[in-house]
Amino acid sequence: MNIASFAPLAVVLPILGAALTFLLIRQPRAQRTVSITLLTLTLLLECLLLASVWQGGTAAVNIGGWLPPWGIVMVVDQFSSLMLVVSSTVSLAVLVYATGQGMADGDRDAPVSIFHPTYLILVAGVSNAFLSGDLFNLYVGFEILLTASYVLMTLGGTGPRIRAGVTYVVVSVVSSVLFLIAIAMIYGATGTINMADLAIKLVDLDQGTRNLLHVLLLVAFGIKAAVFPLSFWLPDSYPTAPAPVTAVFAGLLTKVGVYAMVRTETLLFPGDTFNTPLMVAALLTMVVGILGALAQSDIKRLLSFTLVSHIGYMVFGLAMSSVAGLGAAVFYVAHHITIQTSLFLVTGLIERRAGSSSVDRIAGLAKLSPLLAVLFFVPAMNLAGIPPFSGFLGKLGLLQAGVALGTPLAYALVAGGVLTSLLTLLAIARVWNRAFWRKPEDAEHPDPVLLAAPADAATGDRAGQQNVTLLPRTMVGSTLGLVLFGVALTVFAGPLFRVAGQSAEEMLNRSAYIQAVLGDEAPVPVIAQPLRQEGGK
Amino acid sequence: MSVNLTLLTVMGALYACGIYLILERSLTRVLLGLMLLANATNLLILATGGYAGLAPLFNKDTAAGDYSDPLPQALILTSIVISFAVTAFMLGIIYRTWVLARQDEIQDDAEDRRVAETPSFDAEDDAVIPAETSEFPLVAADPTDAAGTPDPTETVQAGARRMPATDAAAEEQPGSRNITPGPEGGTK
Repeated sequence: MNIASFAPLAVVLPILGAALTFLLIRQPRAQRTVSITLLTLTLLLECLLLASVWQGGTAAVNIGGWLPPWGIVMVVDQFSSLMLVVSSTVSLAVLVYATGQGMADGDRDAPVSIFHPTYLILVAGVSNAFLSGDLFNLYVGFEILLTASYVLMTLGGTGPRIRAGVTYVVVSVVSSVLFLIAIAMIYGATGTINMADLAIKLVDLDQGTRNLLHVLLLVAFGIKAAVFPLSFWLPDSYPTAPAPVTAVFAGLLTKVGVYAMVRTETLLFPGDTFNTPLMVAALLTMVVGILGALAQSDIKRLLSFTLVSHIGYMVFGLAMSSVAGLGAAVFYVAHHITIQTSLFLVTGLIERRAGSSSVDRIAGLAKLSPLLAVLFFVPAMNLAGIPPFSGFLGKLGLLQAGVALGTPLAYALVAGGVLTSLLTLLAIARVWNRAFWRKPEDAEHPDPVLLAAPADAATGDRAGQQNVTLLPRTMVGSTLGLVLFGVALTVFAGPLFRVAGQSAEEMLNRSAYIQAVLGDEAPVPVIAQPLRQEGGK
Repeated sequence: MSVNLTLLTVMGALYACGIYLILERSLTRVLLGLMLLANATNLLILATGGYAGLAPLFNKDTAAGDYSDPLPQALILTSIVISFAVTAFMLGIIYRTWVLARQDEIQDDAEDRRVAETPSFDAEDDAVIPAETSEFPLVAADPTDAAGTPDPTETVQAGARRMPATDAAAEEQPGSRNITPGPEGGTK
């Protein structure tokens, strides 16, 4: 019995946890224990999955004993198990952070008690999307995580959150409808929705039909992954949500879209002619996103724009469809999930300590809280791609792959990538200078919380009737943990790049995936790939 | 494979109306549009199943080609459940918008407006740099301006009245009794 056959537990455990925490809705302490325990178990299981796939290769699990291509199948390969491990680490850190925030604020409000079940369902949806081996199950995974995210986005139902939530819900539903239309058309054209089976059967379709299906899927996933020009909804809706929710959305949700794009591009439509439009979209995503970030004064909004911008790097790596490019993109996804989430968590801490997340209202934080400054500085430099951090290594890999490809468009993207990296540094440096180094008196509209001297300088407790801790240990600890995990990605970048490279090779080769699902004698269609031969290695 | 023309015509009409409705600014119409789109897609999935045949219960006298395809119907069931959940959630949101703002329209993003109206001149970045940028000016500045401990008698403008800065700070923190707490206990 292979450990990989326990893969469905990665979805079942969080759902079980959601059910339990829903029953325990009146006992916050038990709720916290259950959700953290189950998420830790899930993470352990996923680490085992990664180890088993690393040694034993891709594995498939048939749910309910139905044989593929008819039944639901879950596939664990290196890419999906790596994504599972990174996403669960991040969600665990955010969960601890959120419970810290709940405990610090006294847990008086009802919405907080539904946070745990909803959050665990979100995690289950993300795992399901990463594991699913057929398109419809992927759709269901998306819907699970989206429905949970609607609730989390509008938690509390305040005016701004409802306003932002409406945009988010409508855009997400439209993209899901597009995805469902694509599934229906694919089923009509081929009679199957199993991805491995589709990889074989789509080859027989004529080019026009295939292009139509391809574009439909790309647009649906492009909205979810926030690729320009389909990224307009993201900076509008993310910043208003509570800090831990924004953090987990920024880290995970768009990456699930990127994952789906990578999966369909490599498995279903390899060697098709959409690499050029994808590259143009990647360039525009990078540049337009970061120009948007430069105009923002609110740190959360600024980070949302950098999130959009850096999706462009991943699409760039995908569009090269070479082993080097795709490997760097896989590495970059893992890096970016961690870094973007830790930055949003730190912003949540800044908002608590300084009373606001707008750089016009905060100043002098380096003196007020040196720890906060370090926590912000490390992931911020990582995001901007300063050597030796993982952001630099990921970008370097992408740029090298771009130069190896050698087309004029690839060079344009390399230039765009460098420019985006510099502009990210500029945007981040502005926040750094204004929020951390400026004197508090220089702020345009200093927040009263910032100017109020804490009653106890050592713990940072606020003076007041109820002592509300400004920087609770749990929140700082989980943020610190995630920042350290980001640093670990830098330290262990060598092995990680090897996993990423191997998974890219596996995905471009396709035979491991198809044979894991359909059995060893399944025919793997050979695709003429002039581009890949030049660009690879 | 022959197609059912009525089904396709209805589907097309539903898509057209749905797309028209989601472009409206009123939330209720947007919701109706989303429902029409979801139902049109269900019809599309049904159409991909091909011929309507016998019920797909196994009978050894029936040839394989005579059954209707059960898979699209299973997919439609799932998608109906999902669109049901989304519709219920949207209704909740619409009701909440009505309670909060007494209107049924999508609101503008205030921060977007602010960025759009911001002049390209940035006081901090673009202003002429003063000749003296040193932290230690040669001419001693007015001692009352110097940075130091916050003045306990300092006041800030709070709405129509002025109040001591320390009190204003106390009001800003979550748990203050002077203001209604936000959903998470804070005032954000």
